Amino acid sequence: MVMFTLRRFLQLVPVFFGATLLVYFLVFATPGDPIAALSGGKPMAPAVEAALRAQYNLDQPFWIQYGLYLKNLVTLNLGQTFSGQDVSAVIGRAYPVTARLAIMALAIEAVFGVLFGVIAGLRKGKLFDATVLVASLVVIAVPTFVLGFVLQLVIGVQLGWARPTVSGAAPWDELILPALVLGLVSLAYVIRLTRASISENMNADYVRTATAKGLSRPRVVVVHILRNSLIPVVTFLGADLGSLMGGAIVTEGIFNVPGVGNLLYKAIQKGESATVVAVVGILVIVFVVANLVVDLLYAWLDPRIRYV
Amino acid sequence: MSNHAKDETVKPAAPRADDAPLLEIRDLAITFETSNGPVKAVRNAHLTIMPGETVAIVGESGSGKSTTALAAIGLLPSNGRVSAGRIIFDGEDIANASEKRIIELRGNSIGMVPQDPMSNLNPVWKIGFQVKETLKANGLAGANSKERVAEVLSEAGLPDAAARAKQYPHEFSGGMRQRALIAIGLACRPRLLIADEPTSALDVTVQRQILDHLDRMTTELGTAVLLITHDLGLAAERAEKLVVMYKGQVVESGPALEILRNPQHPYTQRLVNSAPSLASRRLQSQKAKDALAAAVAELDTPADADTAPDTAGATPADAGHAPSSIPAAAAKPPAASLDGQRKGAQAGETILEIKNLTKVFKLRGALGKSSDFKAVDDVSFSVPRGTTMAIVGESGSGKSTVAQMALSLLAPTEGSILFDGVEVNTLKGKALFDFRRRVQPIFQDPYGSLDPMFNIYRTIEEPLKIHRIGDAKSREKKVRELLDQVSMPASTMHRFPNELSGGQRQRIAIARALALNPDVIICDEAVSALDVLVQAQVLNLLNELQEDLGLTYLFITHDLAVVRQIADHVTVMQKGRVVEAASTDEVFSNPKQVYTQELLNAIPGATLLV
Repeated sequence: MVMFTLRRFLQLVPVFFGATLLVYFLVFATPGDPIAALSGGKPMAPAVEAALRAQYNLDQPFWIQYGLYLKNLVTLNLGQTFSGQDVSAVIGRAYPVTARLAIMALAIEAVFGVLFGVIAGLRKGKLFDATVLVASLVVIAVPTFVLGFVLQLVIGVQLGWARPTVSGAAPWDELILPALVLGLVSLAYVIRLTRASISENMNADYVRTATAKGLSRPRVVVVHILRNSLIPVVTFLGADLGSLMGGAIVTEGIFNVPGVGNLLYKAIQKGESATVVAVVGILVIVFVVANLVVDLLYAWLDPRIRYV
Repeated sequence: MSNHAKDETVKPAAPRADDAPLLEIRDLAITFETSNGPVKAVRNAHLTIMPGETVAIVGESGSGKSTTALAAIGLLPSNGRVSAGRIIFDGEDIANASEKRIIELRGNSIGMVPQDPMSNLNPVWKIGFQVKETLKANGLAGANSKERVAEVLSEAGLPDAAARAKQYPHEFSGGMRQRALIAIGLACRPRLLIADEPTSALDVTVQRQILDHLDRMTTELGTAVLLITHDLGLAAERAEKLVVMYKGQVVESGPALEILRNPQHPYTQRLVNSAPSLASRRLQSQKAKDALAAAVAELDTPADADTAPDTAGATPADAGHAPSSIPAAAAKPPAASLDGQRKGAQAGETILEIKNLTKVFKLRGALGKSSDFKAVDDVSFSVPRGTTMAIVGESGSGKSTVAQMALSLLAPTEGSILFDGVEVNTLKGKALFDFRRRVQPIFQDPYGSLDPMFNIYRTIEEPLKIHRIGDAKSREKKVRELLDQVSMPASTMHRFPNELSGGQRQRIAIARALALNPDVIICDEAVSALDVLVQAQVLNLLNELQEDLGLTYLFITHDLAVVRQIADHVTVMQKGRVVEAASTDEVFSNPKQVYTQELLNAIPGATLLV
């Protein structure tokens, strides 16, 4: 187990370098000159332009640029944005917001997804099951930005239950509505996955044997059906954490959340390699660690799986 | 090994009046709601179990035997219900009792040992937890529940129970799992134990140990047992009374030996006649029987025939005797004589020869270390053309690995496989393709070995197409012929595997194997998944086909009862090695190895004198 965890952390090294290299190259190869864009297309004094290029190493070939970036990275210097701020400071402000958003979305998914999925699975073919199935289908079919705007309009503007947009500090309570929108599609998948898994396990032989032992119905459900059914759900949720953090761009845009999605979007537009690579690099780490946690949880839920 | 604490811990169930039945089922009807309307699975079932008595329900799958038993413990599937009749347990009608009452009864009044030990333990909980849970649910888990769990497990014959209780089901063998399930079923000292095919998923030798142990325990505890089985021999050996079910109805019931000796209902008669464990000799095709009859008529005495080899179809030494006894010392192995009839000049020619075959698998161990596992160890035998060679052994004996290597689906580590004098290992390209045409497999699971998306026509035609034999029209004709050969109507062509029964599917698998006119068919447990009657039909079919087409069979099975019906020669394997090889009659009448004797003794009903 320890060996397995260690090995997985070692795997992080090539994944991290591969991902940063790729992203750095993609930003480099993006058409458009970031320095020209800085001045809004107006001509710039050649000396100023040259100085800016030198400051951001934009006058160097790609490999040198990347090498210099890595060199700075070793000293934990993530570089500066074009507006002169430290990238680490910018990220330090944005990541906690997105982390709050993603964790809330994940919690909504996990709690309601499993709850609804279990009830629907146990009462397959009944009214609750049918309603949940149709509703989840609708949620999956409708794009996030439509759902987001509709909920913003209805809950935020017309009903006034929540702030339609999020303030600068982005506290937990203001993020509930964006988190719901962010987690809604995955929630629908979790419901369907749990439902299918429960209704399959309900007919397992060991469930019948457990019933024959004289166990009460709730105990059979919780001890013998639920744990076995959660295995695929946990896998899905873990993989989803990464995509929730990276995929919050639309939701953050709608609710004006000052998070990673917003930051990344603007940085890509400006061609700020330092910011883009730093944001993506951290996302990669989150993704790999989340997957590791899933694998460890998996082994805990299913004793047949042992890592060596 | 199971020597711990017997007398102190095994306390008999509370004694009650012995003259009142413990369980009485009267006029029971069970209906399933299906999308095609209600289906009556059980009609007018009746049975009575006295305290401490063992009663067996016998029948094929779909006969309603399990459904009847499950109704008694309130475990019908959600679409099934008791639509009429009464289930009286200890004087109380529980046919339509409340869920609460049934839960009270389950475990401590009525226990259950289910069929398949592989799927009936929850894989994510430790064995001990699953036993303790039973005690807890029935209010029997006190402060010393840990010790109690170990006691219950060791009673069921699990060695080193305290340590074993901390393991998970996947760390147990099938036999150990079944012992754990027996421990669970008997943990709360129920007065009635429902044992639903408790050993049919296990190896024969393990089967016997488990049943013996179950017998001993229930006798000591005074537990009544409702045994459900498809094996008449096993039922007769274990139960005082039999209840025979057929198509949802009880067709016959009474004392076990009486039913066996003098079956009244035609279905029971068929069952008795085709029970493999009771059959005592090799099947003969109709043609061979006719030839024999003629030969016997021609010759004055059977003894003459023995001394006159190669007289047309002369096997009277085998044929003349009463079918109920094994010929004590077969004058002549039947293989040789049958060969004589089948292939004339080719008699005795070896078609498949296995020499010093060895297969080593690498097992992955901890920390990247791997160890070698010899699945097959220096196995040699040869199969004469037109005969049947059976490889017998328990699971893990390496018999299926031999079959896979003979099919060239798996490369041997050492040794050679000669097919018609040619080394199979080195075949490549066209030669291998031709080899595949001449050697065909039939696998165990007729549900798994047919592609569910292919209709029957496409299934049987596929090998012809792959080997580019004939055009569409001639292929269709061939498929019709093949279906006819396996006694299936031509209309089956347009149906899909899921519309056919297990026996019918196995017939299709046989037709597919026959499509390319192979020389050798390798049957890997080809009848193990089938009901007794269907099994008998398929064995008969295989036998007729062997006679008509001069086929050679390599028959892999764990069931010696089947071997006796189909094989000419037997190779007994244990732990990858051949422990005994001889003609079938020799093996049955004079087994030389202890292991073979054990296998023979393990055939249920083998010791019954009918």
